[in-house]
Order: sequence, then C-alpha cells, then structure tokens
Amino acid sequence: MLHLVLFLIFGLICVTGAINLLVQKHPISSALSLVVVMASLAVEYLLLGAEFVAAVQVIVYAGAVMVLFVFVIMLLNAGEEESTKGSRVALILGVPGVLAGGLLVAWVLINHSGGNSVSLGALPGYPKTIGMLLFHEFLLPFEVTSILVLIAIMGAVFLASRPDSPARPRKEN
Amino acid sequence: MVPVSYYLILSGILFACGVIGFLIKRNIITIFMSIELMLNGVNLSFVAFAAQWHQLSGQVFVFFVMVVAAAETAVGLAIIIAVFRTRETLNVDQVNLLKL
Amino acid sequence: MKLLSLPVFIVASLIKIVLVIFVLLTAVAYTVWLERKVVGHMQNRWGPSRVGPFGLLQPLADGIKFLVKEDLTPPHVYRPLFIAAPMIAVICALTSISVIPFGTSITILGYAIPLQITDVNIGLLVILGVTSVGVYGVALAGWSSNSKYSLLGGLRAGAQMISYEICLGLSLVGVLIVSGSFSLREIVESQSGHFWGFIPKWNIFYGCQFIAFFIYLMAAYAETNRIPFDLPEAETELVAGYHTEYSAMKFAMFFMAEYANMITVACLATLLFLGGWSGPVFGPALLRALLPTFWFIAKIFVFLFIYIWVRGTLPRFRYDQLMAFGWKFLFPLAIANLVITALVVAYRS
Repeated sequence: MLHLVLFLIFGLICVTGAINLLVQKHPISSALSLVVVMASLAVEYLLLGAEFVAAVQVIVYAGAVMVLFVFVIMLLNAGEEESTKGSRVALILGVPGVLAGGLLVAWVLINHSGGNSVSLGALPGYPKTIGMLLFHEFLLPFEVTSILVLIAIMGAVFLASRPDSPARPRKEN
Repeated sequence: MVPVSYYLILSGILFACGVIGFLIKRNIITIFMSIELMLNGVNLSFVAFAAQWHQLSGQVFVFFVMVVAAAETAVGLAIIIAVFRTRETLNVDQVNLLKL
Repeated sequence: MKLLSLPVFIVASLIKIVLVIFVLLTAVAYTVWLERKVVGHMQNRWGPSRVGPFGLLQPLADGIKFLVKEDLTPPHVYRPLFIAAPMIAVICALTSISVIPFGTSITILGYAIPLQITDVNIGLLVILGVTSVGVYGVALAGWSSNSKYSLLGGLRAGAQMISYEICLGLSLVGVLIVSGSFSLREIVESQSGHFWGFIPKWNIFYGCQFIAFFIYLMAAYAETNRIPFDLPEAETELVAGYHTEYSAMKFAMFFMAEYANMITVACLATLLFLGGWSGPVFGPALLRALLPTFWFIAKIFVFLFIYIWVRGTLPRFRYDQLMAFGWKFLFPLAIANLVITALVVAYRS
C-alpha cells in the first residue's frame, strides 16, 4: 500500500515535470523541470531498492550533467523560443492518436505481462555487490567506457575552444 | 506490491515525452534535454526489470547508460557552442545552409 | 532495551530534527560571532564588544537587522528563480546535516536512540549528492539577477564548486577503501581503538590518509567559497559576485547557507579523518553518554578555528590560479592517493 502510494506520487511528479519540459518556452525552465524529473526518478529507484543507482543519479545526472546544461543556457544567453508554425491537422490527428496508442500499450502491458509484482526495496543494490559485479563480470565494458570518457573530454575541450586558443594546433609555415 | 507493468508504463510515458520534445521543439538545447529524458526513461525500465528478475546486471547497466549520456552531453554541448559562435542562433530551423 | 516501534520512531525523529535544526542555526549565528572576534584579534582590534558581554548578543542584533531591513527586489530580475535560488542554497545546506552522527546512542525511557537523524547505508553519498545540487542555488542566483557582475560571479562560483567536488569525492574514496563502508556511523566505529599503545586508530594516522586530509581541506575551502578560494564573492573584484542584487533576508539566507556548509564540512572531516566522537570516556553513566558528543564538538571547534585562522591570514587566489590548482595539482594528487591507499590496504590484508 505504502509502495503504491509513493510510486504514484513520485510518478505523477515525473510525468508533470516531463510535460512541463515540453510546454515551457524558456530553456531554463525546461532544464529545471528535467532536474525535477531526475530527482523523482531517483526516489523511484530507491523504492525498487537500488540505493547506489539512486545516489549516482543525483550526483552525476542531476548534479553534474544538468548543471552543464544550465551553464550552457546561461552562457549562450538562450532567450525564449519562438513558436514555429504548427499544423492544425497534425494537432487534431496527433493528440488523440498518441493517447490511443499509449492506452493500447498500457492495456497490453497490464493484462498480458504475467502479473508480476515487485515489493518495496525488491533488489537491494548495495555498493559492495555492484562493485564486485562491475569489476569482475563487467570489467571490459568498464574499461571501454573509461576510454570513451577520455575521448569525450578531449573532443569537448577541442570543439568548445576559441579558434585562437592553445587547444587548437597551429600550422607552422 | 506494485506490478512491474506500472513501472514500465511510467518509463514509456517518459520516453514518449522525450520523443515528442525531440520532434516539436526548435531550440537545440531543449532537443538535447529531450534526449536525456528518453535515456532516463530507459534507465527506469532497466532497474524495474532488474528488480523483477532479481539480477543486479540491470542496475550495473544503468551506470553505463549514465556514463555514455554524460559523455554525449559534453561533446554535444561543445558542438552547440561551436555552431553558436558562427551562426549566432540556437534555432534549428535557421541552421539550414551548409555555408553561411 | 526495547526496540523502536513506528510511532516512537516518528516522535523521536521529529524531536531530533527540530533539535538539530535549532542547534545548527544557533551554531551558524555564533560561528559568525566567532569569526568576527578571531579575525578582529588577529588584526589587533577587538571585534564586536558592545552588544552584550564580549559582544555575545551581536548575532541577535544582526538577526533583527536582517528581518527588519527592506527586502528590495530589483525590477529587471527573473523573479521566480531570484526568489527560489537562496531557498535552494539553504535547503541543501540544512539537508546534509541529517546523516551526520553526533555521538553514540543514548537511552531514554528504555529505548536506545542513536544520536543521528537517519543512518542510511549510503550516508557519504547523500552528502555528496546534496552538495552537488547546492551548485544550482549559486548558479541560478547569478543568472536570475540579470546583472553582469552577478552572472560572472555565479558562473565562476559554479565552475569552482563543480571542479573541487571531484577532488572532494576522490579524497573520500581513500577513506572508503580503508573503512569499507559508506555509512558514516560504521566509518567512525572502524576508527575505534589504539595502536602502538596510545596513538588512536584514526584514519589520518593508522589509515595513512594525511594526503587525503590535506586534499579534503583544500577542496572544502573551495566548495564553501572561503578564502583563499573566495573570488566569486570578493568585494574588491566582483562587487559581491552572485549575491550583489540580494538584500535583507535573501542575503541572510546565502550567508546562513555558507556557514552551515562550513559546519557540515567540519563535521564530515572529524567523522572521516579524526575518529568522530572517539576520545577518553570516564566517569558516571550520564557523563559517559555525553562525553563522546563533547569530543565531537571540540574537534569541530578546532576545524572552525582553522577555517577562520586561514581566512584571517592568506590572500586570495586569482581565478585561473584557482582552477589550475584544482585540476593540475589536487586532482592528480587525489588519484595518486587512491592508488597508494589501495596498494597499502591490499598489502595489509
């Protein structure tokens, strides 16, 4: 009962944040509603027992990646978005279409997915066990992603640097 | 006891909002944020299935998704900054010529 | 010892929350008093001495001033974020105190109540997460003020905080390897006992974490925007940085958030490196229950004194020196500390 109530409250906050991201005109409001979505998703992970994943979601996603988004919006001084010319036909066909498709998928999932339930804190994800998995079975993906991050750092520093900064190579005549 | 399908429906709603945002928005940064929303929806799906089948690999995979999303965000925002320097606009409708 | 039932747990937690917040806010006010007195004496003057004996009622006078002052909101700001940013800063500063243990458990009416609001398995990660979210308060304050000094100050403060967060986290990983748990209570309990007879088994001695302690101290000074890393709020360089356009209560909220962060950082340093509440325990039962908390507070006081001492002594770093120090010196040092700690722990076991 407690599990269902908490799931519904934070699920509602997630969906409200997601719809707010679509509806808002200024990118900073969209960014802050995405932060709200990520925070409520962290609570949903906690409800399933994944405590380490929830903590990493807040530290990395909400606390670093979204801060990067907010910084770029502030630096580029992105103003309010101009409304593009929309199509009336797409609105009349699209909104009921999306709702109908969504309801169909939801009905199929609820009735035909085998009726499995998860309890509160179903699979406790302790840092120790996740660490053992990460360094034993998933060692190769771990090392490959660390190289990926290194490449991303180098690429980002180069791409965002000014044309006359020390990060760009100079041609010697 | 919450049925797993409820978590999957929530994940689907988030993914659908991400796709809609990707298609209807004109500001490149908001399009990027819709991609992040899609990735978050998928993460919820992973954790829900990990709880259903009692396999911790689902939670470990969420880490990899987060790392890849962070790397992609960094490079993508760097590209946006580089494009903004020359085009002076963040509206994707106006970045439609190969040469200025 | 009776086990805590749900209503008793809720009542005990509510009482603890109210008590801790009250004590924390009073501690914030009197840390400001301590700073003004200590810096004053270092500069060969008295500090506040008129209001009450030794100026002890000065925080009360400051509080009344902040409440009564006109709360000016300039017309050109982005109003929702302008009002929300100091709230975010204060909320994050006050939330991180919830996982910090202040002592062992005390027994009231037959129930054993631990002196900590909650003891989660991932207590250290909760503090790191709340610190990461606290960057929003600063960055949004700078942007929503719609003024060039505020924007520059906010961006600089935000970039400084996220750079030094990495060094902070890496310095704590050394402690994690030695203690083997994220829970703050278990980290303190792993530091009990003595080695070589009389030296306590604190992480800084037996766990060989003195380099990590140094890195943690530097990163903590940068995270809380204190001298020598306080360029984002330096009056002579940037008017007042991200809190230029704030007045009265909202400015007081930023101030409170900064000092509350200082206290949290000092608490964390004593828990992780100096053995928390371990110290000589003697005497009758009531004294035995209260002495650990007394040692904890004494160690925090030492940290706050060092904070204030450094503030009164050192000049501030220029921004490029600050970022170079964080990325080019502290970050490789933290990784080296991590590798050496892992090797030492593997050799010992």
